[in-house]
Amino acid sequence: MHELALSTAIVNTVVKHAEDRRVSRVSLRVGALRQVVPDSLAFYFEIVARDSVCAEACLEQELIPARLRCRACAREWQVEWAAFRCPSCDSADVEVQSGEEFEVESIEIEEEQCIAQR
Amino acid sequence: MHRTKVKVQEDALDANTTIANANRADFDRAGVRVVNLMSAPGAGKTTLLERVVDSLDGVRVGVLEGDVQGSFDADRLARPNVPVVQLNTGNGFGGECHLDANMVRAAIPELPLDEIDLLIVENVGNLVCPAEFRIGEDVRAMVCSVTEGEDKPAKYPLMFRTCDLVIINKVDLLPHLDYDMERFMYYLDAVHPDVPRMLTSARTGAGVEEWRAWLGEVAAHGHAHEHEHEHEHHHAEEVQTA
Repeated sequence: MHELALSTAIVNTVVKHAEDRRVSRVSLRVGALRQVVPDSLAFYFEIVARDSVCAEACLEQELIPARLRCRACAREWQVEWAAFRCPSCDSADVEVQSGEEFEVESIEIEEEQCIAQR
Repeated sequence: MHRTKVKVQEDALDANTTIANANRADFDRAGVRVVNLMSAPGAGKTTLLERVVDSLDGVRVGVLEGDVQGSFDADRLARPNVPVVQLNTGNGFGGECHLDANMVRAAIPELPLDEIDLLIVENVGNLVCPAEFRIGEDVRAMVCSVTEGEDKPAKYPLMFRTCDLVIINKVDLLPHLDYDMERFMYYLDAVHPDVPRMLTSARTGAGVEEWRAWLGEVAAHGHAHEHEHEHEHHHAEEVQTA
């Protein structure tokens, strides 16, 4: 159900930028820390997109790995699960470099050709 | 027909964040501090609130009660001098499983902001969705009861990571459970190192004084002091081993 709420947020964002034009592709950047299940998101997106400009759109999900950096010892590393303590110096002063994204990166829009072709 | 790629580069939750900021501005203007209280269903949020809403010294409390349906919790919290506003999310796919900034925005006109100092928003019971949606709160607190098992921080890191306080409730049941508190703390420290935590039993009243003190701090400063966290942490350990 998390993915249902997120799908709604995606469609709303796309609708805002599409300006009534039909959308054929939505490119999304999803950070690993967002706990999004890609299949579930695709499933709900299809339902939520019905009756909107996204009805025919395919949802492209780019998974962004979670990378952390320790402010104390400057170590950088990638995590597979949410462990936020530095493996080198045990500091808790850790910043997230990537992995929190939930961004509509771009959309592909279908437009009528308005310039006559020769 | 031709296809054009349009750069968007917008966080899909931006719309929610914008409304959350507007809520926050309204609360700030009225001098009201806001706690977003979250947990899984049945963790004890309402019982913990029953313990404190009318006994916070010098702090006028209001409650915004989020539920999919009904007003069971709002009825339980009804007290003279404690305004409780019910917010039902029951629309669409059988009801939203969380409060978002827009729902809270719709409830603001019903809240007597001039008459309260602290607004506690009891979110819909759910460890997943509420974590995603800011509502304009100053702080986030969550309740995790010992009957839920010790692996929850590892399973719901987003929730545990975005909270400013973790309350471990129903500790009176520990003698009857195989709950491994050390393991829970290990997961919690991995997911959110040094997050303030306290052990409570809303039923017996254990730890409720710390919970009340934490809310008092938030009402006064918009956050709890670091040294208070330390104190609470040590005290929590004492309760645990007692």
